[in-house]
Amino acid sequence: MSNTNQFTRRSLLKTAGGLALASGLSAPSILSAQTSDVIRIGHLTPRTGFLGPLGEYGVMAIDLAVEEINAAGGMMGRKVELLKEDSINPQTASTKAERMIERDKVACIIGEISSASCLTIAQVATRNKTLFINTGGNSDALRGKDCQRYMFHVESQNSMYVKTVGRSFLRDGLVKGKKWYSLTADYAFGHDLLNVSKRFMQANGGNFAGDDLVPTDATDFSAYLLKIREAKPDLVVINLAGNQITNFLKQYAEFGLTFPVGGFGFDTALAWAAGKGNFVGTWPVVWHHLLDTPGSKAFVAAFTKKYNKPPENQAWGDYIATKIVAQSINELKSAESPKIIEHFEKGAKFDLLKTRPGYFRASDHQLMHEMYAVTALPADKIKNQWDIFSSSPAVPGPDEPLEVIASTAEENVCKFPS
Amino acid sequence: MSAMLLTQQILNGLLDGVYYLLIALGLSLIFSLGGIVNLAHGAFYAIGAYLTLVISPHLGFGGAFVVAPVVVALFGVVIERTLFRRFYRSDPILSLLLTFGLAMVAEQALRMIFGAPPLSYSIPPGLRGQVAIGSFIYSFYRVVLLGIAVACVLGLWVLLQKTSFGRVVRAGVQNPDMVSALGISLQPYMSVVAALGIGLAGLAGVLLAPIYSIHPAMGQEIITPAFVVVVIGGLGSFWGVVLAALLVGLVKGVMVGIGYSAASTAAIYLLMLLVLLFRPRGLFGERIMRFE
Repeated sequence: MSNTNQFTRRSLLKTAGGLALASGLSAPSILSAQTSDVIRIGHLTPRTGFLGPLGEYGVMAIDLAVEEINAAGGMMGRKVELLKEDSINPQTASTKAERMIERDKVACIIGEISSASCLTIAQVATRNKTLFINTGGNSDALRGKDCQRYMFHVESQNSMYVKTVGRSFLRDGLVKGKKWYSLTADYAFGHDLLNVSKRFMQANGGNFAGDDLVPTDATDFSAYLLKIREAKPDLVVINLAGNQITNFLKQYAEFGLTFPVGGFGFDTALAWAAGKGNFVGTWPVVWHHLLDTPGSKAFVAAFTKKYNKPPENQAWGDYIATKIVAQSINELKSAESPKIIEHFEKGAKFDLLKTRPGYFRASDHQLMHEMYAVTALPADKIKNQWDIFSSSPAVPGPDEPLEVIASTAEENVCKFPS
Repeated sequence: MSAMLLTQQILNGLLDGVYYLLIALGLSLIFSLGGIVNLAHGAFYAIGAYLTLVISPHLGFGGAFVVAPVVVALFGVVIERTLFRRFYRSDPILSLLLTFGLAMVAEQALRMIFGAPPLSYSIPPGLRGQVAIGSFIYSFYRVVLLGIAVACVLGLWVLLQKTSFGRVVRAGVQNPDMVSALGISLQPYMSVVAALGIGLAGLAGVLLAPIYSIHPAMGQEIITPAFVVVVIGGLGSFWGVVLAALLVGLVKGVMVGIGYSAASTAAIYLLMLLVLLFRPRGLFGERIMRFE
């Protein structure tokens, strides 16, 4: 240590600023040679950051799906080659989508969890007339004012989540004349979900005792928990995302609060991470590993065999989207996006590992399918670290059309830009 | 909002700041003495949390509380002996790249060993529950946590202020050449400082594992606010860092308390900006010749 050390306070500050920039960088993908005997599929999803843990389930699932598709003869007899990248943030997601389409000539892009990144990928996809299937972005805006001709949604929209779990809340008398306290993730997904949940409350005669926006990098919820205790709500509504949900659940139990908890957005992995005794409340999911259908059982068995843990709902999204694409390409004998889109818009039915087949709604490209509300089991009824909840029957019920839980054309207007 | 709730939010915010302190003190020490901006500091916090998961099934939380920080501190010594020491006299940008790389290697290693999904860990049964201080009901675990953190901070202060070891370290911060001229080699002191600073980060990992989500990137979540604390507090100042940590916690907590939660993260950067405008060396930053 001597005077040669040139480190100044100024450089320390530059470092702090540079940190934020550097965290957006990632290793470039390796360029592979173009060959015509493979079909390339692009997979983009956040693998780092607060959504990273969920993205990893998507990656595991699409690997499994492609492995199964290739074992069954691929797409039109051609082997499927998967290009996977960490989407990181909306800007990087857009750049990577562009590169996958223009340089790697992917047949379609599958994936994503962040609603903000979905939008930038969809813009690139539409500009390049390439199919993008969103497997994890929930915001209604993506199916409404931001809807795009080349974007389809396997993931349910926020309205479907709210109406699914809303039925449980209505049944339990937690809506009419009751006051809710909501915590909302402060980005596109959360804002959208808050709007949808406010619409639900107004329609059903409840009101909000408080609603706080939570920065996505927040890890400590103690300040919010003190406010919630003071407000004494009838229901604490969680519109958070990713690791936020786990942090909230652990600290909610820590502070010994006992108000009923429910959420409008949820992922099973976050409940598993919160663990027995900390996981409480009723939450909506697109799919869960305890579904008693032959398709789901086979998927859970194959996934568990490969990865030594059961798949969660995000895994279902990426798995089923890839299977839908493979089935469509094989049936159409074409991997051209416009033809696939026409096929989807005509209402082609797909097996979704549930009791009823589903289809994409032509008006907003949302997959119409059954959903479920799961409720945390009391600690003494839990047998293992995975099976920590019980499930409602499929929503909507067998006698209702699948569209009843989705937003109506008036609630969420989609006009595809021509 | 009632005055009662505001008081609660102020107390809670101060408590929240104490967690940053465990990370920031080590960061500040290693930077002050070695001139190394340790971007891998957050990774050691994450390693501490993961070690808690590994150790507690065998030795319980108490065992993890003792063993995990020691193991992390040993990691620190190894890293200091093999890597840091090569960079004390070189261009600081090199050590920055080194620790940035180290942070990525550590995070990916955790991902490879433990998987990307977050893992579950709860507060040990004996430390659950609430305590009531007047009408202020608070988590018992956090009160315990506060006690441990305060003990660590005071212990570190005594070590730095009241022992001959501390005198050499403080002299080394101010003028390493003079210390060498007096015939004292700073090398072993650096190893101990790295062990202490990195061990504290490991301890923070153990203490926060029961209440925060445990996932490979958890270190990134804590490193940026810790840097903000170090910058606000000022280099070389023990109490500056302490005050800055409390201030950062307070500002965040009160912003949530008064209904501006969306701006709670932005507020700490604004605080940093304001402090630097009026006090470019941070609150209590000393004038250290080699950093000017």
